[in-house]
Amino acid sequence: MNLPKLFKTSTFRLSLIYLSVFGASVLLLLGFIYWSTARLTTSQTDETIAAEITGLSEQYRRSGLVGLADVVRERSRNQRQSLYLLTDGNRFVIAGNLNAWPEVETRPGGWLEFPYRRPVGGRVETHPARARHLIVPGEFQLLVGRDIHGQSEVIEFIRTSLAWALALTLALGLAGGILMSRNLLRRVEVINRTSREIMAGELDQRIPVRGANDELDQLALNLNEMLDQIERLVNSLREVTDNIAHDLRSPLNRLRSRLEVTLMGEGSAEQFRDALEATIAEADDLLATFNALLNIAKAEAGQLEISPETIDLGPFIDDLAELYEPSAAEKGLGLSAAVHGKIDFAGDRQLLSQALANLIDNAIKYSENGGAIVIRADRSGDAVEISVTDSGPGIPENDRERVTQRFVRLEASRNSTGSGLGLSLVRAIAHLHDGELRLEDARPGVKASLRLPSRNPGE
Amino acid sequence: MKAAMRILVIEDDLEAADYMRRGLSESGHVADHAADGEEGYALAAEGGYDVLVIDRMLPKMDGLSVVNRLRAEGIDEPILFLSALGDVDDRVKGLKAGGDDYLVKPYAFAELLARIEALVRRRNPEQVETQLSVADLEMDLLSRRVRRAGVDLTLQPREFRLLEYLLRHAGQTVTRTMLLENVWDYHFDPQTNVIDVHISRLRAKIDKDFGRQLLHTVRGAGYCLREPS
Repeated sequence: MNLPKLFKTSTFRLSLIYLSVFGASVLLLLGFIYWSTARLTTSQTDETIAAEITGLSEQYRRSGLVGLADVVRERSRNQRQSLYLLTDGNRFVIAGNLNAWPEVETRPGGWLEFPYRRPVGGRVETHPARARHLIVPGEFQLLVGRDIHGQSEVIEFIRTSLAWALALTLALGLAGGILMSRNLLRRVEVINRTSREIMAGELDQRIPVRGANDELDQLALNLNEMLDQIERLVNSLREVTDNIAHDLRSPLNRLRSRLEVTLMGEGSAEQFRDALEATIAEADDLLATFNALLNIAKAEAGQLEISPETIDLGPFIDDLAELYEPSAAEKGLGLSAAVHGKIDFAGDRQLLSQALANLIDNAIKYSENGGAIVIRADRSGDAVEISVTDSGPGIPENDRERVTQRFVRLEASRNSTGSGLGLSLVRAIAHLHDGELRLEDARPGVKASLRLPSRNPGE
Repeated sequence: MKAAMRILVIEDDLEAADYMRRGLSESGHVADHAADGEEGYALAAEGGYDVLVIDRMLPKMDGLSVVNRLRAEGIDEPILFLSALGDVDDRVKGLKAGGDDYLVKPYAFAELLARIEALVRRRNPEQVETQLSVADLEMDLLSRRVRRAGVDLTLQPREFRLLEYLLRHAGQTVTRTMLLENVWDYHFDPQTNVIDVHISRLRAKIDKDFGRQLLHTVRGAGYCLREPS
């Protein structure tokens, strides 16, 4: 796991963003602390100076310039932190503990900060000072101030501490971000590796789940479920392809052989015509099978749009029964519709007609002379059930699931016509309507029913 | 013999278009061909055709747009859509755009021919008719009576509608799909020959006792109700 890759992870970028926001707040907070501390110490200094000035002006009022000079001289001896300087109009020193007027620009009544030299234990140090410049009547000038060396050191100390605190925060945040990203990257790497294996064709691979049930586990679970679904679809696609290969290849082969053999002989025009007509019929069958397959695939993939309209099931079923009645009668079968009361259902008229037509067609195909076929529609709870019941030989119980699969035709019906796609299409249409196809034993015969949940038209 | 029709075929599959032209000319019609939507639109806009056969998917301008533009300009020749898309809602879209009929590929040529001929007939409705007849078979649409050679025939409602459709297209071939669509309003392939059984029932009523046959089976195509030649 190399660093550039780590820096590109979203976790790292997120922690960087988090870190900069956090760093900015720390900076702001510390800045405020620094600023208010500095302000507090300055105002303390200023207050002390102001008190000094009050005392001095009191002295001046009482004993004039001489008294003031005396007090300044006396305080200069005792006060270690306070600074005084009294000069005449030419800034010639009269009294005070400063050697000379500081070489910074001043104006009467204003504040000034300046460095000055003071002896400390046999050495001379340069200390910062803050003072106020005052005018005493007679052009005398007075400077009253404080040594602010101590305060400056405190402020400097705070400033250094703040810088360290900030640096530490940033360093820790960065390290945390890298650690977190690395941990996440490692887990994502596992997912990526599995994906690559799957892409390389190992469709049965699954992403390991840690069991922490965190968001990465959730992701892994969802991906695994998706993979299951894809594997199912791929398998069913494979099945369809195999089926097509088997069930379309034989008729195509038959068709080709017929044409070839016809060309070999010295056939009459009549024979050629017959062969061509048989070929067209076979091509039509192939196309019908092909279309049915396409429709089933579309319906199962949800690509077939249904246009729901309100269907009054009574007339709907009567119409279908009427369409098939002559065909049933020709085989000596009775065909009747039994719908009690008015049942409205919102569904796709053409698709449902087709589904029901397939069921009726099957019933006619597999019933024997003298049998009866009944088409019913009933409301059952929130659903409607449309069923076609015949009195034929029925479907053995363990074959009932199988017959709805594509191309499955039971041994017993091998000799009759049909593609083996009818029930698959019916089931797909039922699914499109959120319903299901059920095959039950009607003793004798089969009851094939569409169970479709009611819904509001236009939904 | 039917009058020759001028037909414009707008189809980008050149081989299919060639077969169609040959089939149409074998059937006594004249067909022009355009290979893309723009050329087709230009030819159709000049007029002079009895029917336009338009593929849904065309280069330069798709079939739906061609029809939309033609209809917007008041060109009202009957239009038959051809499409490889077989969904029901696709069919509805085609008819909404101004098409008169819709045929899904692959189709039987007989089906195409029958529908083209039916479209031309539909364009010239015989005013508001109350009487339909072929030879001595007569249908009164008001009293809903059907007579053959003066004898009253009793028909079921659906048989009546089936016969009415055949009478309206007398002399033309109508296919099983056309009957299923127009008489029953079903737009799917019922696989088995349900229509054949209905036709043979109708035949038993209108032809069986009357010597000369009027309702003929057209091999490989469908049925035709016509006067015996």
